[in-house]
Amino acid sequence: MPKINLSLPAVQIREIRINSITGYQGNAEELVSASACGLKDKNRSFSQCLGCATSKAACMTILIQDGAVISHGPVGCASCLHEFAFTYRVNSPLRGVDNPTQRKIYSTNLQEKDTVYGGNVKLANSIREVSERTGANAIFVLTTCAAGIIGDDVESVCDEAEEELGIPVVAIFCEGFRSKVWTTGFDAAYHGIARKLIAKPRERRADVINIINFWGSDVFKDWFAPFGAAPNYITPYSTVNSLKYSSEAVATVQACSTLGSYLGAVLEQEFGVPEIPSAPPYGIAQTDRWFRALGKTLGKEEIAEHVIAEKKAEFLPKIDALRKKLTGKTAYVTAGAAHGHALLDILGELGISASGAAIFHHDPLYDSGRAENDQLAQRVGDYGNVPNFNVCNKQEFELVNALNKIRPDILLARHGGMTLWGAKLGIPSLLIGDEHYGMGYEGLVGYGGRILETLENNEFVKNLEKHAVNPYTKWWLEQEPHYFLQGGAGK
Amino acid sequence: MNQIGGIIEQGRYTCAIGALQSVVAIPKAVPILHSGPGCGDMIQGFFERSTGYAGGSTSPCTNFSEKEVVFGGIDRLRQIIRNTYKVLDTELQVVLTGCTAGIVGDDVDSLVQEFADEGKPIVSVETAGFKATNFESHSLVVNAIIDQYVSLFEDANEPKADKNTVNLLASLPYQDPFWKGNLFEYKRLLAGLGLKANVLFGPESGGVKEWQCIPRASFNILVSPWYGKPIADHLKQKYGQDYTWFPHIPIGANETEAFLNQALQFALTQGAEIDEAKAKAFIKHGTDAYYEEIDNLATFLLEFRYGLPNHTHILHDAGYVVALSKFLLHEVGIVPKEQFVTDGTPKKYQEAIRADLAGTSDKREIPLYFEPDAGKAQEIIRGVSHSGRGLIIGSGWDKELAREKDYDFLSAAVPTPYRLVMTTNYAGFTGGLRVIEDIYHQVLDTYR
Repeated sequence: MPKINLSLPAVQIREIRINSITGYQGNAEELVSASACGLKDKNRSFSQCLGCATSKAACMTILIQDGAVISHGPVGCASCLHEFAFTYRVNSPLRGVDNPTQRKIYSTNLQEKDTVYGGNVKLANSIREVSERTGANAIFVLTTCAAGIIGDDVESVCDEAEEELGIPVVAIFCEGFRSKVWTTGFDAAYHGIARKLIAKPRERRADVINIINFWGSDVFKDWFAPFGAAPNYITPYSTVNSLKYSSEAVATVQACSTLGSYLGAVLEQEFGVPEIPSAPPYGIAQTDRWFRALGKTLGKEEIAEHVIAEKKAEFLPKIDALRKKLTGKTAYVTAGAAHGHALLDILGELGISASGAAIFHHDPLYDSGRAENDQLAQRVGDYGNVPNFNVCNKQEFELVNALNKIRPDILLARHGGMTLWGAKLGIPSLLIGDEHYGMGYEGLVGYGGRILETLENNEFVKNLEKHAVNPYTKWWLEQEPHYFLQGGAGK
Repeated sequence: MNQIGGIIEQGRYTCAIGALQSVVAIPKAVPILHSGPGCGDMIQGFFERSTGYAGGSTSPCTNFSEKEVVFGGIDRLRQIIRNTYKVLDTELQVVLTGCTAGIVGDDVDSLVQEFADEGKPIVSVETAGFKATNFESHSLVVNAIIDQYVSLFEDANEPKADKNTVNLLASLPYQDPFWKGNLFEYKRLLAGLGLKANVLFGPESGGVKEWQCIPRASFNILVSPWYGKPIADHLKQKYGQDYTWFPHIPIGANETEAFLNQALQFALTQGAEIDEAKAKAFIKHGTDAYYEEIDNLATFLLEFRYGLPNHTHILHDAGYVVALSKFLLHEVGIVPKEQFVTDGTPKKYQEAIRADLAGTSDKREIPLYFEPDAGKAQEIIRGVSHSGRGLIIGSGWDKELAREKDYDFLSAAVPTPYRLVMTTNYAGFTGGLRVIEDIYHQVLDTYR
């Protein structure tokens, strides 16, 4: 069965499509070599609240400038989406959106009787009403557990509405229970977008490069300028029209391979846009490779060499200076998969010893099928192994346990909620939301500066440590972090 | 208008499982979710900064996958509960179900009974998202704890044994952003009358020990337009505790006096041992201190010559809409125009709320809409215009509307990423003063 099949309504879930796992305890090098010969996922006999696919699909659709989003489910399944309305508003200056419009976010508000008689009619009426209220250029319908289990025919309802309204109505299958890997929600959104919005290319435009990313700052504009190209950001701050013609770009790059794995491969395999054969540019070695891969894809290798030389002349002395200050420090990383690997690259480059990592899941091989995109393998090759490497499925109890034992000098996190436990244990903790912040040579300077500042200003965490409330039992903190993971003592 | 169960734009409340926050609000209690993987995350994202002792990413959850949907999730839940006792140090466990468990029909009650039979302080409650809103399921959760946990301690806690103790049923934890401060203020005010109030939630409650003593209270006080009423009714039936019902939040002097006098008179009829003169002196002191501030402020309100808001639209739960309308009109001089109750008030309570608001003034009619679909509410506000400077009091969703209309804006409802609230109270004499501070802080901040 092909892994990308746009004729099917739903995306194939990540654990089946690319063999992603959510449980592992060991070290990074072992994980990299095991990935090559087939990984088996491990279950836990204790678990805490996760995220689910629906909010991931939501963030990739709500931030499309001229769309509207309907969550087809009980009102609770749209609860946290107001966060993306805030994000859209506050980050709009970073992307040159001068007049950010109110986000259009709806719930079909499924009731008990709908779970008995079905919610198809309600959904059809809702789509009509949302179209009338908003005049959106596309409507995205996100499915939820309840809608999925009662068996609503969301695809047909959306197709009929599309015909009636004359705008794309995109069904996105992102029920929380479908996948154990919540990033499947990104894939689900992209799958729907690729099926309904992206058109076959009319031409190939050498001056446009797709970037699959979140809502980070616009660093790529300056980076692409020497190559005579401009970034086409996907999907936050895009428009229905800019997405439609993303098929005409000369190449696709990713800010985070966990995020863009599927769409990058779809654009390449279905629409002929090559994905550059490189992991994102974190750390000097990887930034060199990335610019070279970009140059090669664009047929502009000389420009790539020129850019590399110019930037290195400017930034290497600054990186060296930081390295002198940071060498010998230890750090622990907790983050989603690829961005976690990126943070490990940054640490490696700055001479900080990675004493462990709790990474939410692991994709052994991205949808492109290219080993060059494997950021963890690059990290191990460039800077060496990472001990205490835990694929933790965002399980706080494992993180607390590991941090308490390892006690690094600093905790680097990405994803809300995870820095709290560093701080409670008196460990300076840093979360940088902008995924582009650490990229490139200049990113090392910026990130290194922030790490220094965090290490220096530790008074707050030291005070919090003295007063921190801890719900975890003494017994638990004495066990191994993987106690409840299959193969551990408690499983 | 008024379509319960219709489409909702810009949700102002969440689904039944959102009442897990009522568990989080009980010191050292833990919610255990038998639900899909995203439910806890959604609730955390809705309320923000709401983790408490063991909520948020700390709460155990079965994280339903396809396997549990097909084969049922009881065995998984058993495993999670058993290991919760090993990992987390908690004094009360409340198992809440999500849509997945509700639809596949897992028999959670029987499983939880197994643990209760072992002597564990554990409770189960059905909170499938499609069954109720969190405004409604708060009562389901509290009543479940009363029936399955509090009832175990009845031998040591004879009903109505403590003449001067009351159970206070008021702010919904987290759904009311000022719940912590409000509960503390109610407790302080009632203590001034000579009553000891069990507030049940937050740091000013006595945790599970206080819950065990619920039957001992002589009577109960319900401060709410409608939510939480099933708890008062249940306690009346179960322990014979009568209750007095104050239908909106007492904000400012007029309503706080009314509330305290009502509580005082009811306490006397219930046989509480109260020094009435002392209690009345306490109320008078609150009023005097309040008007000392208003006296100082009046010059500003009357004379500030660069523009102050003269009318307001409020989008909030019924308790705040009515309370703030009364307060702003009579005690601040801001005229309430079209008002919007966004809490999904069931039909049967709507008339009484209309009457309560209508009693605000015999000179004017205040248009009132019950509209859980806040997108529609905003559309109505877009379509009206009143002379003078406007003020919108609502959730974070309304900030953009205020900007569109060039109105002042006060964030006072969930969800809101634009304001942090910790222990601020809007209830009481001091709560009224705080509302005034908040409004004019925003207004004065526009002058640069």
